[in-house]
Amino acid sequence: MTFRFNNLYSLTLAVCLIPLLWLLIDTAFDNLGPNPIQALHIRLGDWSLRFLWLTLAITPLQTVTSWRGMTEYRQLLGMYAFFYATLHVLAYLLMDHALVWSVIGVDIIESQYIWFGVLAYIIFFSLALTSPKWAKKRMGKNWKKLHRFIYLAAGAAIIHYYWQLKGNLAEPLFYLVIVCLLLGFRVLVWVKNRQLTRLMIPTGLRSPVFAEKQVMLETIREPQVNELERLDESGTQHQHI
Amino acid sequence: MIIKTKKDIPGSEITDPLVFKKRRQIIKATLATMLTGGAISSAFANSTLPVWGDLPKSPVANDSLTVTPAEITKNYTNYYEFSFNKKEATSLAQNLITDPWSVEISGEVEMPGSYYLEDILGQQTLQEYVYRLRCVEAWSMVVPWVGFSLASLLKMVKPLSSAHFVKFTAVYQPQTMPKQLANAMLEWPYVEGLRIDEAMHPLTILAVGMYGDSLPKQNGAPLRLVVPWKYGFKSIKTIVKIELIKRAPITTWNKFAPNDYGFYSNVNPAVAHPRWSQNSERQLGTSFFTPRRQTELFNGYGNQVASLYSGMDLRHFF
Repeated sequence: MTFRFNNLYSLTLAVCLIPLLWLLIDTAFDNLGPNPIQALHIRLGDWSLRFLWLTLAITPLQTVTSWRGMTEYRQLLGMYAFFYATLHVLAYLLMDHALVWSVIGVDIIESQYIWFGVLAYIIFFSLALTSPKWAKKRMGKNWKKLHRFIYLAAGAAIIHYYWQLKGNLAEPLFYLVIVCLLLGFRVLVWVKNRQLTRLMIPTGLRSPVFAEKQVMLETIREPQVNELERLDESGTQHQHI
Repeated sequence: MIIKTKKDIPGSEITDPLVFKKRRQIIKATLATMLTGGAISSAFANSTLPVWGDLPKSPVANDSLTVTPAEITKNYTNYYEFSFNKKEATSLAQNLITDPWSVEISGEVEMPGSYYLEDILGQQTLQEYVYRLRCVEAWSMVVPWVGFSLASLLKMVKPLSSAHFVKFTAVYQPQTMPKQLANAMLEWPYVEGLRIDEAMHPLTILAVGMYGDSLPKQNGAPLRLVVPWKYGFKSIKTIVKIELIKRAPITTWNKFAPNDYGFYSNVNPAVAHPRWSQNSERQLGTSFFTPRRQTELFNGYGNQVASLYSGMDLRHFF
């Protein structure tokens, strides 16, 4: 894991703990309303989702702006999404169910919305496990493949959120719009890259200009990976796609 | 709080029980007015005495239940006419106009008509009914309702033998109910229904109060249904119309999502909602790390009501 203690990074690290602090204060002052267990549980889940959206927003942000070097912030926000998701799961098991496994078992088996929560959490868990830099290096190409599952986790998390509601769609719809925008942006970049490929590599001329074009394509298609490689402070050899 | 001091109490020599119950406060208020010159209304507004006080407990209710603190019951209620958020609904519900209130009783009855709530109350014996309320959202609370049996009201209007179902309609008041004004989500006004034998069951009541006091607006004032063995949404609030009809009425949640919310909607831990389990429930008022309560068939009222459904497949008729 990277621990570059510049000011902004430390600040972000601290700010991301505010929701938890706020929750602890509300709990201490009995400010969680008539159903405090559910309120605590749901607020933790909400924060996990919010950090997930923030995590997913980093790459498009890097692409549209000229800002670079946000990879470690993406990692930080992702880890916070996992952190709040873990607290959410623990609140469910400990606070709501007091670890009565027979009741928990039935609840999970019969509640479809929980299945999607479990799926999202398993993905989160494996992504968090492979989040450190050494894991990234060791996994090579597979790391990116694995971490693409974040989209599946995002979808599962929305269904998890939406299916426990009795029918009020406003907030999950808002989240759905965010995810569609974030995903849509990536699809757009991908389509554009494909078009560029066609334009830039006319048939017949493929071999002479290939090397040059590939460098150009890489810059457009995978800005975050390039960034990552450039930022790699360990000085080891870059992996090429 | 409704204080009836006007003279137009319709067609009844019986003292309005609200006034009757508050007679001491009226005397106090009058004295206070004489002493301080203040307005009567402010004296009433400041009064904290409950309207009904200690009523006889109904023998049909189970008094071994631990009553949920009133503050929880008053602040945790679904009222989609006002908002889909419980907290917001509670504050917006204060705009509801509940005075005057009359209930239309019609359909397959000998004596259809529109009845003032005061007149209905004048003829009914109020009792306290301590019931567990189990919400379809998998939480429960124990509420000491003040009310009277629906059967005794229905008997007054003499149902015909053709009355097989009872349809209840809630108030349509879009000027105070934002979700009605916006025509949001459900079809308004809210409609609920019972089979006639369910409606005539001694556990089925119409409530006008809780915790010895009048019903708070967010909890369904001035008149609501309470059917303790069914999920909470069956217990319709702010009733303006009761119709006795031949065929099963189309009820609001059932129409909105027929696979999720059945007409019967009896509390049943074995029949899960399509998206969540109904096996256990969070009892409100319990602290952190307290296990959930195991939900009981018919919400624990099986001894009294199971016979209504004998021979029926409860999985099919959920």
